[in-house]
Amino acid sequence: MNTPLQHTALNALHLELGAKMVPFAGYSMPVQYPLGVLKEHQHTRTAAGLFDVSHMGQLMLHGSDAAAALETLVPVDIIDLPVGLQRYAMFTDENGGILDDLMVARLSDDCLFVVVNAACKDQDLAHLEQHIGSRCQIENLYASRALLALQGPQAAAVLARLAPAVAEMTFMQFAAIELLGTTCYVSRSGYTGEDGFEISVPNEHAEALARRLLAESEVEAIGLGARDSLRLEAGLCLYGHDMSVDTTPIEASLLWAISKPRRADGARAGGFPGAERIFAQQKDGVERKRVGLLPQERTPVREGTPIVDADGNPIGQVCSGGFGPTLSAPLAMGYVTRDFIPVGSQVFALVRGKQIPMLVSKTPFVEQRYYRG
Amino acid sequence: MSELRFTVDHEWLRVESDGQVTVGVTHFAQDALGDVVFVQLPELGSYSQGDEVAVLESVKAASSIAMPVDGEITAINPELEDNPERVNEAPLGEGWFFRMQLADSSVLDSLMDEAAYDRFLTATADA
Repeated sequence: MNTPLQHTALNALHLELGAKMVPFAGYSMPVQYPLGVLKEHQHTRTAAGLFDVSHMGQLMLHGSDAAAALETLVPVDIIDLPVGLQRYAMFTDENGGILDDLMVARLSDDCLFVVVNAACKDQDLAHLEQHIGSRCQIENLYASRALLALQGPQAAAVLARLAPAVAEMTFMQFAAIELLGTTCYVSRSGYTGEDGFEISVPNEHAEALARRLLAESEVEAIGLGARDSLRLEAGLCLYGHDMSVDTTPIEASLLWAISKPRRADGARAGGFPGAERIFAQQKDGVERKRVGLLPQERTPVREGTPIVDADGNPIGQVCSGGFGPTLSAPLAMGYVTRDFIPVGSQVFALVRGKQIPMLVSKTPFVEQRYYRG
Repeated sequence: MSELRFTVDHEWLRVESDGQVTVGVTHFAQDALGDVVFVQLPELGSYSQGDEVAVLESVKAASSIAMPVDGEITAINPELEDNPERVNEAPLGEGWFFRMQLADSSVLDSLMDEAAYDRFLTATADA
């Protein structure tokens, strides 16, 4: 039952920095450093934060058929994904449920770079091998590469000191870039709502790169605690919480991620698992949907909290919730039934036997500040 | 007497000059909880030891605060409503939770003094 925790290439550095380590998806990960979650969050919004996200799964799909093959598993346009660009995608099952969400970047005509969630990475690898293993070569980088995220308004200025070319990149662009003499795969993206980069670096060079970035005056090490409050303020979904195999992209309010050519009226309509159900839901609407929620009192409303209407009838459940340091107020996301989906709807969270009023709100809660050039 | 007494739940109690007892959480507790963002304070009135009388919400999770001994809560710290971070900044000072009148003042003798609490922290850290 108790399998030993895995460690990322930065484990010794985390301990040296005084991180509080917790088990997360089979890894020992830093939840916070001595700065603490609130200040780490604020620092990322005002300067730059360095995150170790090496627990996530990195893969490469090689071969001229790789893009067409991957398209059979995701409702996203991969065939026409240009070299040097990244897209958000999700693996769906036959019922349209979400098996995982992922980032797909095209490194070259014959090579896709893929990042999947830590908790799903073994299942994702098996899924890829089963369905498209005969059409492309699947290279799993799980044990060989670390992933660092440098996020915040100062991230670009900091990383440009190591590689001036990154300053020219715009949101969701992707490139192989030399950093400290090592080839890294850099995307201008992240999961905080801020401008920034995700950097794939070979394990043996990860600590040197992290130390070099942390030596810059703008940069602080940031733990998973602040990563969660940052992504929640940015309205970004966390797999296993805000979406799962029991929710479709439509229910999870992720229609925007389904590429136009793959939609019911698109040039390459369907052709991914669960397309019929997803298209039917898009046409007819859904019984429940993920929405943003703003509690009207100071009480944080946490994941799993029941949501009721004014008469106390159950209408849903909170999927992510907490306190937003930048918002300076509690915030949440949850699934609610059809009548309560419109922004401005009044609902109530049941916290310790008390009804906390909440307003259905648009997301993101805090403006995203991606660099679009 | 202003000597501090401690519970195994990491609460501290201090007898004030008027005989009332002030209650808060220890430095160890606030550090383990992380940044406190909301404190739900109790209604004034009588409670039994172990009753859940307050809730501390940190950036990480909610934690309940139990009544350390039998007694009547006579005052709460209004400062925490607008500045819950006082619990982190000054757990033994401005971050106090409530004042109470003990049902039986001899109960304090059964609680840990500072030296005993330090030994308790060391023992639990080693466990």
